[in-house]
Amino acid sequence: MAAQREKVAAQHSGAVPRSFADVLYDPRSRGLLLQALLVAAIVLLGYEVVSNATDNLQKQHIASGFGFLEHTAGFDISQSLIAYTNTSSYGRAFWVGLLNTLLVAALGVVLATAIGFIVGIARLSSNWLIARLAGVYVEVLRNIPPLLMLFAIYFAVLKTLPAPRDSIALPFHSYLNVRGLSVPSPVWQEGIWWVVAAFLIGLCAALLIWWLSARQKVSTGRTIAGAGWIGAAMVVVLPLLAFFAFNQPVVFNTPTIGRFNVTGGLTLLPELVALLGGLSLYTAAFVAEIVRAGVQGVSKGQKEAAVALGLSAGQVMRLVVIPQALRIIIPPLTNQYLNLTKNSSLAVAIGYPDLVHVFAGTVLNQTNQAIEVILITMAVYLTISLVTSVLMNWFNARMALVER
Amino acid sequence: MIRMLKAMLAAVLVTGLAAAPAMAADSTLKKVKDLGKLSCGVNTGIAGFSAPDDKGNWSGLDVDVCKAVAAAVFKDASQVKYVPLTAKERFTALQSGEIDLLSRNTTWTMSRDTSAGLTFTGITYFDGQGFMVNKELGVKSAKELSEASICVQTGTTTELNVADYFRQNGMNYKPVVFEKLPETIAAYNAGRCDVFTSDASQLYSVRLTLGKPDDHIVLPEVISKEPLGPAVRQGDPQWANIVRWVFFALVNAEELGITSKNLDEMTKSENPEIRRLLGQEGDYGVGIGLENDWAYQAIKAVGNYGEMFSRNVGAESRLKISRGQNALWRDGGLQYAPPIR
Repeated sequence: MAAQREKVAAQHSGAVPRSFADVLYDPRSRGLLLQALLVAAIVLLGYEVVSNATDNLQKQHIASGFGFLEHTAGFDISQSLIAYTNTSSYGRAFWVGLLNTLLVAALGVVLATAIGFIVGIARLSSNWLIARLAGVYVEVLRNIPPLLMLFAIYFAVLKTLPAPRDSIALPFHSYLNVRGLSVPSPVWQEGIWWVVAAFLIGLCAALLIWWLSARQKVSTGRTIAGAGWIGAAMVVVLPLLAFFAFNQPVVFNTPTIGRFNVTGGLTLLPELVALLGGLSLYTAAFVAEIVRAGVQGVSKGQKEAAVALGLSAGQVMRLVVIPQALRIIIPPLTNQYLNLTKNSSLAVAIGYPDLVHVFAGTVLNQTNQAIEVILITMAVYLTISLVTSVLMNWFNARMALVER
Repeated sequence: MIRMLKAMLAAVLVTGLAAAPAMAADSTLKKVKDLGKLSCGVNTGIAGFSAPDDKGNWSGLDVDVCKAVAAAVFKDASQVKYVPLTAKERFTALQSGEIDLLSRNTTWTMSRDTSAGLTFTGITYFDGQGFMVNKELGVKSAKELSEASICVQTGTTTELNVADYFRQNGMNYKPVVFEKLPETIAAYNAGRCDVFTSDASQLYSVRLTLGKPDDHIVLPEVISKEPLGPAVRQGDPQWANIVRWVFFALVNAEELGITSKNLDEMTKSENPEIRRLLGQEGDYGVGIGLENDWAYQAIKAVGNYGEMFSRNVGAESRLKISRGQNALWRDGGLQYAPPIR
């Protein structure tokens, strides 16, 4: 017994050379060995898939590699946040598609959250009608496939709005018609940078005042008198002064009705509106349920205690219930944000030029490099989802209950 | 859900490409014979080229090419599995082996023929791209279309040609791009765009599906060459030859006056050209791995090229497209098939 214990101790100190059987029966090294084998098998499998694909592509005379990203695209895209013409490269078209996806995802997340919070809170309202209406909203919208909603909204938009020549004239030289909403676009003149600089200076000064005021509140319990207003005034007034001091350095490119279309200015495409509307309304139904669950998850005693302290109904909600409910809400909310982003690929059905439409659609078809294009597209969605997750986890960690 | 299915389809196609072991080594002819059916990729629906009727029977010029090849291989034109594909899906479906013949009003271009792993086997329809507009706009020429919104289907040469045309003429336009034809037509119908552009043949076909076809006109400009034809996977010359020569046989049949009606009389003909085509003389079927009556079977199934044309898109059809460039070479057209000898 004692001898064996000695042997084990010696093995662990590495003094006695171990036989292969010893290594095999040691759970720790056996585990390592098995894991190494598994990793090797996965690497081998990956290598096989890649080399096999390359082989087959060559055999079938299909071009491969990523060189196509430099080639001229040759097609046009209806909406682009960066400069793009049909002489730009496929790589540029990729960025156009990606930015369009990010645009609709970012706007969609904000809208869905706003609508979702309102409907979720409304569902808990003591007003019978409001609560029932919110209930109907949730039950109807979350049970309709998003693709159908997109079609419904898109064709509803197209059917109700007038042709360009009968555009509805809105204030500020704006026009609304079946091709979208055209508004004047600002063209910045020399001197605009001073306005931007003034805005930044104002913002810094305001932040400083607010910070000082907050610090003073912590130490003395009183804020600096009027700190909020002074800060806000700095943010607004400084840039305004600069704007007039530099002769209003902006002119507007106003839309005009042409033979076919309203030309000039900025146009908000009906495809974007339909996609944004469809995705936000659909996701908001799920967000509403999450918010409701979160609020109901806050123990009743908290609310009762707040009421007992004499807080108003709004204050109870704002100061006591929601901060605690957020802890329950944030993790499932992340899922909904990811869903919304991924659902944005439905854009292809209604002609909004998102990443899937432009890159995994048109570019794939013009270059015929399916594997490369699909791989890039999958990698992009994975990255967007992971980044969203990381941000939301960080936010969640900040909001989590800190226990001492 | 549809998005998920699509993603899955794409994944399957991609992994199919990645995993299919040594596909080129197996002959497509053997695969088709073993399967007992020809898997043929067609359009999801353009009247006259490929469209299903209310009972699910496919017909059209492109469909007849599938039928003719099936008849040559199996002696039975019904042994075809039709796979409806969008413009975007078509090449991947062929590359991955889901279909063995792509007969889907596809333009023969150099990049598709060389770096996309396809081999085009002939031109079944000489086409060109045109523009369709509502009469109300009073447009007489494509040169007046500056600043117009144009509806177009993605994944087509159309999308590139329209960009080229407006660039050449120093005009601007606003593209509205859809993946599927029905949505493209719906958007044009709803006034989302002023112009619908596609191959001229398709414009005539689409016009018939609009509420009031007479409200729309096709502008006179033809802005591109669109030689449409069937394609097969690159790397199997025998299969490419079968598809190529089946079509040539149909064109030669028209030239020699062989129709589906007088076919059996013609087998008794003394004309050596006819005898070779119908397998009475020579071993031409053996050269492509089929029996010597391959052309006979194909003509019996769909008639000669002239009959195919007239039945599907020409005088006997609703489209009433004139033969034009698609007439035989001796009638001033471009259809010309090498001789069988």
